[in-house]
Amino acid sequence: MFDFDKIPHINEVSACHGAYDENNIAEKSLVSFAERQQESKKVLPSIEEAIKRVGLKDGMTISFHHHFRNGDYVVNMVMDVIAKMGFKHLTLAASSLTDCHWPLIDHIKNGVIDHIETSGLRGKLGDAVSHGLMDFPVIFRSHGGRAAAIETGELHIDVAFLGAPSCDPYGNANGYNRDSEEGSCCGSLGYAKLDALYADKCIIITDHLVSFPNTPFGIPESQVDYVVKVDNIGDPNGIMSGATRYTKNPKELLIAKYATEAIVASGYFKNNFSMQMGSGGASLAVARYLREKMIEQDIKCRFALGGITGQIVQMHEEGLVRKILDVQSFDLIAANSVKNNRFHQQIDASYYASYVNKGAAVNQLDFVILSALEVDTDFNVNVMTGSDGVIRGAVGGHPDTAAGASMTVVVCPLLRGRIPTICTKVNTICTPGKTVDVVVTDQGMAVNPARPELKERFIAAGLPVTTIEKLRDRAERIVGTPEPIKYTDKIVGVLMYRDNSVIDVIRQVAD
Amino acid sequence: MEIKKTGVAGTMESSDIIVRIEPKETEGVELKLESAVMQQFGRQIEKVIRETLGELGVTRAYVDAVDKGALDCTVAARTLAAAYRAAESTDYVWNGGRVK
Repeated sequence: MFDFDKIPHINEVSACHGAYDENNIAEKSLVSFAERQQESKKVLPSIEEAIKRVGLKDGMTISFHHHFRNGDYVVNMVMDVIAKMGFKHLTLAASSLTDCHWPLIDHIKNGVIDHIETSGLRGKLGDAVSHGLMDFPVIFRSHGGRAAAIETGELHIDVAFLGAPSCDPYGNANGYNRDSEEGSCCGSLGYAKLDALYADKCIIITDHLVSFPNTPFGIPESQVDYVVKVDNIGDPNGIMSGATRYTKNPKELLIAKYATEAIVASGYFKNNFSMQMGSGGASLAVARYLREKMIEQDIKCRFALGGITGQIVQMHEEGLVRKILDVQSFDLIAANSVKNNRFHQQIDASYYASYVNKGAAVNQLDFVILSALEVDTDFNVNVMTGSDGVIRGAVGGHPDTAAGASMTVVVCPLLRGRIPTICTKVNTICTPGKTVDVVVTDQGMAVNPARPELKERFIAAGLPVTTIEKLRDRAERIVGTPEPIKYTDKIVGVLMYRDNSVIDVIRQVAD
Repeated sequence: MEIKKTGVAGTMESSDIIVRIEPKETEGVELKLESAVMQQFGRQIEKVIRETLGELGVTRAYVDAVDKGALDCTVAARTLAAAYRAAESTDYVWNGGRVK
């Protein structure tokens, strides 16, 4: 026996709720584990009910992830419900948006959405925005910049609506389904993880409600408020292809060959190196050629980062790549590897690329292979606007990895049809030239003058090194000089660099 | 050169142009151009087509061209071929010095 009030300093102890009282203890549940799950108070019958419960209000910020890519049903499904419920003036802060999100155009016209933050826009929506659809310019952030904005609280998410291929009744959500082979699968939930962690309210929308515990999970139950089961969260074919195919395009193969030889000659190709590769044709071919060099020279990769493809998984399973850090899985092989390979780790967007995260994985990269729509003679890269000035791309992790990697290699054809890739001034700066070291085209490569040692090594290796100006001149000689794109004065998009400073703007195209 | 019937040359493949030339009774070349790179190269493509026809002495024709990003040399070659076919002419002089 004790007298609670006589315990020394007990009033100064926090998280102490008085003396134990048997009457305060809830009755034990005596039903079975299986029955208990049916009673989870987190599972709601509809998206509408979940929206009511989280207390969505006009003017709030809602978020979505883009792991379902062009197969996503979640954004349109949720926005339709929100519009029907009569909400207005929302900010939609998605990790990215793509072609399939064109129905947002009506929600913007009807005042449901006032403002968009995203990594990219494509298709009809990108076109409409470029033609002046919105008064408030779209804010484009890199994956790392968005992560930083969320972490610091500068981008505050009121409600996150996160699609997940599997979830249990308490909210443990995952990008794949261990309980059945059916349905959708996206692998890593890297971009969703951060939204779940920082949003005030988090709703998981799933098409596979599985038994507790849905381990290992991408998003833990502690971050989830409600779970809604729907018939379909996406079209599996649009979410990802079975395996990313090897390119047969001779131009891309030639670019990949040069890029691989540049990597080998660069001084960074040593045992336990680190790398990131994109999913473009040339990037994938680099992975294939690099694999041969690694076997030949008995060199292993310590970790591969990024959007992960089947090529990287194959190298991992062969023991060539020791660890994989995966913020986004690009194909089904990669997605299944997240599920099956112990050292294929899903990481969140902050771990991947945030500038406020000192340990961000991009800062540990020896080299990265990136693509480009345009590169200018200052090595600035555009991955956002097409040759007609219309928005049709995404910043992604481009500026983050370029800034983090010791050697940033941009691979692109000199020409695409009649459009020159190397030009005097890019339409839109996404990644500053200061962070780009090498540009490899099918007709030669250029090295940033800030990296003379790389240039020397490439020349010594017999690579076709020229200058960026000569590449531009060569392109112009073949295709002629394009007439400049006509814009109005209206700013329709703002490009944030990864530190969330404005690096460029996108103007409305004139018709 | 007199345009007698419809002449077509080219394809709808990327980096090609398809040019269709038809007879026209009145003076002048009426050109309809669609291009994947209209904004950047539309005027240049039109110039090449008109110059090529001008050099052949074609002054009456309807021209319908759909461009998929062809280079100037391709635009000129397809226009030439379409014009010769439309004029039912086979006396084309290979490498006749037209190439700029």
